[in-house]
Amino acid sequence: MNDVTPKLELKNVKKAFGPKKVLQGVDLKISPGKSLVIIGGSGTGKSVALKCILGLLHPDEGSILIDGRESVGLPPRERDQVMHKFGMLFQGAALFDSLRVWENVAFGLIQGRGVDRRTAYDTALEKLHSVGLDESAAYLFPAELSGGMQKRVGLARAIAANPEIIFFDEPTTGLDPIMADVINNLIVKSVKQLGATTLSITHDLASARKIADEVAMIYQGKIIWQGPVSSLDRSGNDYVDQFIHGRAEGPITDDIKARV
Amino acid sequence: MQKWSRVEGLKNGGARTTQGRVYQMVSDVKQDQAIKPSPVDGLLDFCARIGRTLMAFLQVTGRLGLFIGESISHVFRPPFFPKLVARQFMDIGYYSLPVVGMTALFTGMVLALQSYTGFSRFNAESAIAGVVVLSVTRELSPVLAGLMVAGRVGAAIAAEIGTMRVTEQIDALVTLSVNPFKYLIAPRVIAGTLMLPLLVLIGDIIGVYGGYIVSIHKLGFNPNSYLTQTWDILENMDVISGLVKAAAFGFIVSLMGCYHGFNSQRGAQGVGAATTNAVVSSSILILIFNYVLTQVFFS
Repeated sequence: MNDVTPKLELKNVKKAFGPKKVLQGVDLKISPGKSLVIIGGSGTGKSVALKCILGLLHPDEGSILIDGRESVGLPPRERDQVMHKFGMLFQGAALFDSLRVWENVAFGLIQGRGVDRRTAYDTALEKLHSVGLDESAAYLFPAELSGGMQKRVGLARAIAANPEIIFFDEPTTGLDPIMADVINNLIVKSVKQLGATTLSITHDLASARKIADEVAMIYQGKIIWQGPVSSLDRSGNDYVDQFIHGRAEGPITDDIKARV
Repeated sequence: MQKWSRVEGLKNGGARTTQGRVYQMVSDVKQDQAIKPSPVDGLLDFCARIGRTLMAFLQVTGRLGLFIGESISHVFRPPFFPKLVARQFMDIGYYSLPVVGMTALFTGMVLALQSYTGFSRFNAESAIAGVVVLSVTRELSPVLAGLMVAGRVGAAIAAEIGTMRVTEQIDALVTLSVNPFKYLIAPRVIAGTLMLPLLVLIGDIIGVYGGYIVSIHKLGFNPNSYLTQTWDILENMDVISGLVKAAAFGFIVSLMGCYHGFNSQRGAQGVGAATTNAVVSSSILILIFNYVLTQVFFS
């Protein structure tokens, strides 16, 4: 079991912005078909880690392996091939304002992979159906959709090209608890259908418990704990305990006080 | 008495360092005085500030240079997005026509009026047609069209791309394997560079016509002799130099809009600042390059 090449692996990834060291040696492994959720407070480096993996930021040190192959510093053409394996649901959905819903979903197929518009349209409708939207929504513009519907469209776009690895950035932020659960269910369903590997970042623990096989906690730019979601409540790590119980007192707040 | 004081370049009880700022909460005025920097520290501080400003300037220049290089390379490398270029032709060219046309018309009209006021004192009214056509084609039409387009199009480009940046739409493009330079920047730069000369050509005609209207209907010139004087004094180079300037200004406006939008900081304030910077920088660059190109063409 341990011989399986991880789908995604981070080794000692570091990233600083000027004097601010955001990632201070992140180590992470995700097995194929597994769902890992990174939890952690605001400003702990979750989004930066994700952007490094996606190639939106260049890490200062360390390596990021996709299917065992180094992805840091790849030339543009090879980078494109790696990107074809990815799907991404952004925090605010990041839908293109000027395009209709179906064009948003089909965007990566048409512009990124050269699929013809008719085929891409059919695929977009199929993906919209799978996230609970019908054809009437396909011709709306993103500004005409509610937050929950935008997330659904974002999810449909993320899965449109049947990616091998899907990233979710705070998938339930800004949604009411019911809609958040609907999105969680859709994520679980879509990922199962595709058999994809997923990496999510969130501070919504209900969401983490629902979609994760494994949970990792990032704190001060390092992974301080990683384990199965079932052992989250008995991690034996004081930082994790304080975070998941949302306590105002604990080692995290002690560290903040000490720094001040 | 509690007091906050900022001490730059001092750390570890007064040991001099070259980096950073140290913020210290000082409990009373005596302590504040105890860590007051010496004149040497002040001089070093001054030098450090100049150094930082110079480094920041070089950094921005370098970043802008790389941005320009990358943008130009994507203008010529496939894949191309002809539909997006056509849409930008409409946005930058067609929809700027009213504002450029109005500017040119009234500029030509005012120019004829003002020239008449001055030249009539020396009985040189016959020079008005030449002054209008040369001023409009060589300078006023390209510069004013450039500035008007900077206000209308440069701001719109910066705001649109800046909003795309802060709402992560540009990141989304990358994750969907679409290069934002190809999809967003290149079409705007192509359209800006090609459309402004067309706008200026139309502006030239409208501007000269504005001077003609005032000269004929208000100042009582003979239409035939006015047109003959206009035609006689006009040379190909007068129009061509204006069109070349217009292409340069179109490139500057679209590129500055894209650059500031692309590097927009987070939030509404960031997008607002990007928009302002796009308009200000492109306006200043237009005026600078206008002088440089005039020097190149007519020195």
